[in-house]
Amino acid sequence: MIFSSRKLVLPLNKFSLMLAKTYKEKLKSKSFIITTLLFSLAIILGTNFQAISSFAGSAFGGNQNQEWTIAVYDEEGSIAQALERQIGFVNEDITIVQSDADLSELEEQAADGSYDALLTLSLRESGKIDANYLSDSLIQSDLSSDLQTTLQTIQSNLAASRLNLSADELATLNMPVAFEHSSFSESSKSQEDLNEARGLVYIMIFVIYMSVLIYSMMIATEVATEKSSRVMEILISSVPPFQQIFAKILGVGLLGLTQLLLWALVAFASINISGETQNSGIYQFFSFSTGSIQTLIFGIVFFLLGYFLYATMAAFLGSLVSRSEDVQQMIMPLNLLIVAAAMLAFYGLANPEGSLITFTSFIPFFSPLVMFTRVGMLNVPLWEPLTAIFLTLAAIIIIGWFGAKVYRGGVLMYGNASSFKDLKKALMLSKKR
Amino acid sequence: MSLEIKNVTKKFGEQRAVNDLSLTIPENTMFGFLGANGAGKTTTFRMMLGLIDASAGVITWNNQPIGYESSQQVGYLPEERGLYPKMKVKDQIVYLARLRGMGKKEAEKELVYWLERFKVPDYKNKRVEELSKGNQQKIQFIASIVHKPSLIILDEPFSGLDPVNVELLKEAVHDIHQKGATIIFSSHRMEHVEELCENVCIIHKGSPVLHGEIRNIKRSFGKKNLLIDSDQDLTYLSDFPGVVKLKKRLDGVKLQIENEEVSQFILKEIYGKGFIRQFSLEEPALNDIFIEKVGASFE
Repeated sequence: MIFSSRKLVLPLNKFSLMLAKTYKEKLKSKSFIITTLLFSLAIILGTNFQAISSFAGSAFGGNQNQEWTIAVYDEEGSIAQALERQIGFVNEDITIVQSDADLSELEEQAADGSYDALLTLSLRESGKIDANYLSDSLIQSDLSSDLQTTLQTIQSNLAASRLNLSADELATLNMPVAFEHSSFSESSKSQEDLNEARGLVYIMIFVIYMSVLIYSMMIATEVATEKSSRVMEILISSVPPFQQIFAKILGVGLLGLTQLLLWALVAFASINISGETQNSGIYQFFSFSTGSIQTLIFGIVFFLLGYFLYATMAAFLGSLVSRSEDVQQMIMPLNLLIVAAAMLAFYGLANPEGSLITFTSFIPFFSPLVMFTRVGMLNVPLWEPLTAIFLTLAAIIIIGWFGAKVYRGGVLMYGNASSFKDLKKALMLSKKR
Repeated sequence: MSLEIKNVTKKFGEQRAVNDLSLTIPENTMFGFLGANGAGKTTTFRMMLGLIDASAGVITWNNQPIGYESSQQVGYLPEERGLYPKMKVKDQIVYLARLRGMGKKEAEKELVYWLERFKVPDYKNKRVEELSKGNQQKIQFIASIVHKPSLIILDEPFSGLDPVNVELLKEAVHDIHQKGATIIFSSHRMEHVEELCENVCIIHKGSPVLHGEIRNIKRSFGKKNLLIDSDQDLTYLSDFPGVVKLKKRLDGVKLQIENEEVSQFILKEIYGKGFIRQFSLEEPALNDIFIEKVGASFE
């Protein structure tokens, strides 16, 4: 007699059940909600930086975007007049006040706050200007450098007039150099493109690096928790290890995408609300425009590849530890690989054509970051990223296959072991003879 | 519909965890699997479930190896607690039942039935880590049978339970057996096995030392137990011919004797020397057989 007869469960059903469970549970977890909120807050602060800093300025009486009044003591008077005329070209916010009072009196006035700073000027026989700048703080260094620049010009003009140069001759002397950057290498992009690409590539590298680091840790912890609570013995008798690994990886992957999407929405909304123009602040650095579409697509592809590669490794490493406390130690080598990849990528930002970068961009553990840097920064022939994508895919499949074997044995293995010796033991447990 | 284990051996490196084990467990039997700690019980269960492969030999259920295709027919209670500590009882039982092919509604209904039967209906929305060890064991048991499997493997189901709860669980196991399920379970507590099982297998260091119906095992064991309560000092009987073992009790002695005839000689010997309140011949307990066969102390 059959105690129960039910239709066969499709493997896909179990897989989607597991995926949904991983996703939902993590989505509801405190740590997820807190990190999402905290980072959203950081995004809002970052995109509204100027508004916030000017608000802080007015609220706390700081001198941000304010006018500066500088007392000038000049016995002779001619330099002070020249300075008063010319300072406006360099910094509109500085007002020069020439005072008849004597030096000690001015020092007192500067000290009690009537003036923001005191500048003492004198002209030597040789035509050299001596300036002494006195202010209550050393923070406003741009103020003193503006004054210095202006005085330098005045000194040059004085020297020129001593040499009896004409106005035209003077103009020639001060003419800026026409400096244009171009490259003899065909693969490099134009300077303009490069600056544009650098910002986007920089963000993408950072996003890939952080995601891989955070989410692969999450997967390893999840596996180790299931194992340490021994619920794994029930799971492993219900769902094949390969399906378990990929249900977790996809579940956490979807979670990651949800998080990134939320952040992108927050950033988008915040930028629109703050009304900051695209030409100010950080947007100058990260200018998005045509031509970045290709970079963006490669970025997404390499993001997914990097995630799957590292997540697969994290899953099987997680299956080797018995307690979730040991996870950190176990995935240390993995973290070192990601850090190395990120360092190579950041190095590649400055020097994308280096042979080290070219070589490592084909190694699966590095290519998601390094090859991406190359396609972002250079005009690389298409076969190169395609080869890297293919190699990384192959690595994912091999590691996934190998990982499932380790996982099957690893999850049944207990003890305070957390070394790579266990890898052999785990494989032995899962093999037939 | 039977579970066949044919010449199964499992080696871990040089060590043989299970050595040439052959068993047939017919459908709808209650089978006791006994062995000292480390005898190879858990390894055998894991091989039955298909979690690890045998180094040699085959295990089949309905003439097919047990694998993921048949997982909805199989229920498993691992020796150690295996539940998500932070998940609510309801969520995880339904999840585990669904992984084994049961519908969500049906799983919820079954869960309510079992929680009520085990007199803990209010645990439905509690997290497992909030429950006591014994109550966790009840949840663990529910997790292994909620999907109505036809083959149930219970590794130490009664550990950590108080006598009242042991009874509740025993009744449940008995009922499920009545409904047609094949149940294999291991225990260190011989009285549980004696009470529930018709068939047992005792394994020692990976090898089967005894296997068959409990009735036949006891009969073929030959030795009997003799209980005597008397005012006189009976310890001298340990040297009496035919007495294998003597154990002192509060009111007398418990003897293990070669066969039942010996009892009559003993009766003659002690008759008239003092008041005899009890003189009873008993079947050997499984415990005695186990100790003799395995040699370890479980007293």
